[in-house]
Amino acid sequence: MMTRKKIFEKIIEAVIYASGTATTIVVLLIVFFLFREGLGLFRQAPMQKTYTVAVHPQNPVRQLSIDQLKAIFSKKEKNWKTFGGKDQSIETFSSEDIEKHLKGQDLGEAFSKLKGLVTTYAQNKENLVVVMPKKFMPNKFVPIPTEHMSIGAFFGGKEWRPTSEPIHSFGVLPIIAGTLLVCFGALLFAIPTAIIAAIYLVEIANKKVRNIINPFIELLAGIPSVIYGFFGLVVIVPFIQKTFALDMGETALAGSIILGIISLPTIITISEDAIRSVPRELKEASFALGANHLQTIFKVIVPYALSGIVSAAILGVGRTVGETMAVLMVTGNAAQMPSSFLDSVRVITSTVAAELGETAQGGIHYRALFMLACVLFILTFWFNLLAEWIVAKKTQK
Amino acid sequence: MSSQNSLSDQNLSLDETAKNMTSEAKIITRNLDFFYGDFQALKNINTQIDAHTVTALIGPSGCGKSTYLRVLNRMNDLIEGAKVKGEVLIDGQNIYDKKLDINELRKNVGMVFQKPTPFPKSIFENVAYGLRVNGMTENIKERVEKSLQQAALWNEVKDHLKKSALGLSGGQQQRLCIARTIAIQPDIILMDEPTSALDPISASQIEDLIMELKERFTIIIVTHNMQQARRVSDKTAFFYLGDLEEYDETPKIFESPASEKTQNYIRGKFG
Amino acid sequence: MSQSKQQKQTIVFTTFMVITVLVSAISIGVFFYIFFNGISVLSWGFFTGVPENGMTEGGIFPAIMGTLILIVGSGLVAFPMGILAGIFMNEYAHQNWFKKFVRLMTNNLAGIPSIVFGLFGMAFFVNGLGFGVSILSGCLTLGVLILPIIIRTTEESLKFIPDDYRLASYALGASKWQTIWRVILPAALPNIVTGVILAIGRVAGETAAILFTVAAYFLPKMPTSIYDETMALPYHLYVISTSGTDIEKARPYADGTALTLLMLVFGLNLLANWYRKRLNKKIKV
Repeated sequence: MMTRKKIFEKIIEAVIYASGTATTIVVLLIVFFLFREGLGLFRQAPMQKTYTVAVHPQNPVRQLSIDQLKAIFSKKEKNWKTFGGKDQSIETFSSEDIEKHLKGQDLGEAFSKLKGLVTTYAQNKENLVVVMPKKFMPNKFVPIPTEHMSIGAFFGGKEWRPTSEPIHSFGVLPIIAGTLLVCFGALLFAIPTAIIAAIYLVEIANKKVRNIINPFIELLAGIPSVIYGFFGLVVIVPFIQKTFALDMGETALAGSIILGIISLPTIITISEDAIRSVPRELKEASFALGANHLQTIFKVIVPYALSGIVSAAILGVGRTVGETMAVLMVTGNAAQMPSSFLDSVRVITSTVAAELGETAQGGIHYRALFMLACVLFILTFWFNLLAEWIVAKKTQK
Repeated sequence: MSSQNSLSDQNLSLDETAKNMTSEAKIITRNLDFFYGDFQALKNINTQIDAHTVTALIGPSGCGKSTYLRVLNRMNDLIEGAKVKGEVLIDGQNIYDKKLDINELRKNVGMVFQKPTPFPKSIFENVAYGLRVNGMTENIKERVEKSLQQAALWNEVKDHLKKSALGLSGGQQQRLCIARTIAIQPDIILMDEPTSALDPISASQIEDLIMELKERFTIIIVTHNMQQARRVSDKTAFFYLGDLEEYDETPKIFESPASEKTQNYIRGKFG
Repeated sequence: MSQSKQQKQTIVFTTFMVITVLVSAISIGVFFYIFFNGISVLSWGFFTGVPENGMTEGGIFPAIMGTLILIVGSGLVAFPMGILAGIFMNEYAHQNWFKKFVRLMTNNLAGIPSIVFGLFGMAFFVNGLGFGVSILSGCLTLGVLILPIIIRTTEESLKFIPDDYRLASYALGASKWQTIWRVILPAALPNIVTGVILAIGRVAGETAAILFTVAAYFLPKMPTSIYDETMALPYHLYVISTSGTDIEKARPYADGTALTLLMLVFGLNLLANWYRKRLNKKIKV
């Protein structure tokens, strides 16, 4: 009887300890899978997986960088001389050109005749560069090794064109810029507003007023982001469009307004806790020295609660950076460098949400989106650590 | 200086009594030391407590009396860094033996706390709780009723056993806790200032109860109330700074204490 | 001098009050806008019918059912583990580096954006474990998403229970688990349940995490197994308001969907508050 009780106790203890490690395991799994998929981006060329680049055997060029390939296929570079070849104009042939170059010809079942046709077409064209699946490559053409996507091209690239053919562009700068712009706009009004509301609720309002207002703040926190997105779409977006006479109201401004609203309750609640933790003696001492309530608030309470308030603001930043649905619905998602708040922008989260559904698992686009998620993960993880560190440092003192 | 002498005399005589253990000895401690980390809370305590007696533990705050009490049901095990040296025998068995089942020990050595601690359950379930966790699930109803009667609470609560125990008055709650303790039929009941959180009338009801319970249980009670110690106990132990300063028949302690410190404490000079 | 000092205070405090009232007005504004636009759409047929005409009219029954399935499923994943982990944090873990580490991880998990959970769910449950885009994958993803909420509320609720209960129970010969199971958990239950209901509210409104793990664009029939996809209210709202066949025409239908979702989440919040108050009262009697 007693030993059975003890064995049971041991089993329960084991289960509880195992559960205690659950979050740690989940975080580790998230890190592992996110980075495994994301880092694969840098082990692939920014083009379709089965594709290769090849030139005519007579062409002396044996090396082309990704940027050079981009220039060639976008017709910015037109002569082989630029790349150390003969003085010949460049002719390109990618899968998109099959229709153009082999018009009206029978490609055979499952493209069985394609290789033969391409070979016939290409064999005498010394100035031709071909990008297509290996199995359709014209005979004797010399493959040119393609570089992998570089870290610099990802973080420093100014173009996000994940589906441009044959070379994709995965430059995140416009997305980062869009994210910064939207979040900056959101926090510009959310942080001061939230701190003022927190000061009012803790220090100035009486209990009755507090009890009336608190449920509304809770409601603000409880409304799902997709509802905010919907509200933004049907109210704020048309409003902005009319006010500023724009073609479309889906702008960074709309995103900032919605994100600001969403981050309000986070910042308010955490700031409230910080302000509430100011010792009563400190306040009383200030009053005793003849300071009025306003002076006490700004000279004693806010400075004392500052670390908590800063940490609240940081968590608010994390909340805005990570928010997905609402931004996705109201910012228009144009992957361009924004020049003002009235531009359509695309942020990290909405890029991932909008594009991942259309990508092939394990493909380069898929991996680029996972890499974006890694960036997001690192950002929010860092914000959390920072917020906690600030509070912990204060408590130590 | 003189107290130093009396202390060593005391220890000597107690060692002798411990050796000539009679069949009446319920609890014996030998060379008991107790540490919270580096702090020594009990120093070389030697005691013998007989069955069916009430022993009062007195002394100023922090003197070690509550620690001593909690050594007897190993409640101190829950504190990190707590360490015991020496022997504590109950019915001749060392309760700090590694093989001992601690839950069984605590079933055998019941405890009543300073603040009444009824669980947020019904009155009935509170008393039944100890029975259930110890697998004594036969005749629960009868056992609960009997315990409540023994704790002199039955008449007050018999009509609303299903009501929350938190609705009872402080004194009723404390008697409920006593009922809960005696329901699992322990041999020993430890009481840690059981009346200090109660009004005088409730306190005197509990005192009466203690006198009655003596028939069936061995009771050890920590108290700050000298009158209470005098009224309810057969023997009194005076603790001072972790030492067992004096331990004797209650009338002797209160009328002619051997130690000057005991005398000062009883007369209210410190504490 | 002192007069102007007082005046300044009055002006600043009034400004603060106005700003705070405006903040609450936002939530009232959003709430009533959704409410008055959507209320005329709601009918029995709306709740029990399936989407029609390229999801511009009809009902939202499959989406409601899908959301309920996700709530139950993610609850089955997260509640037992989260509550046990909360018990671990408050009752079993010692104040050492391990506990600190676990707390850090829990806090960080809570701060991870839901889209990242979505991607993790896709990489791990959908592809890695081969569950495919399915209810199983969705529930597991949502489960880990709400895990930190459950852990925190459980831990906070347990911290609230006085140590007297634990000591009294041990003194009666109860083991640690008996104490937790029979005394501590029942006493902490109201607050734990509140946290659980709030977590359910989170699941009900969550969209980003289900985009790639379970949500179906249009699937009028009920799922038959945990390996099926399902529609869900928030995703449905997203789809019909941004990428439906005729967004203008679908507006009333979207209004109704938005209100249904809002009522569900709002109702769960009210339920949580009501339940907490009721049980706390019951215990205090």
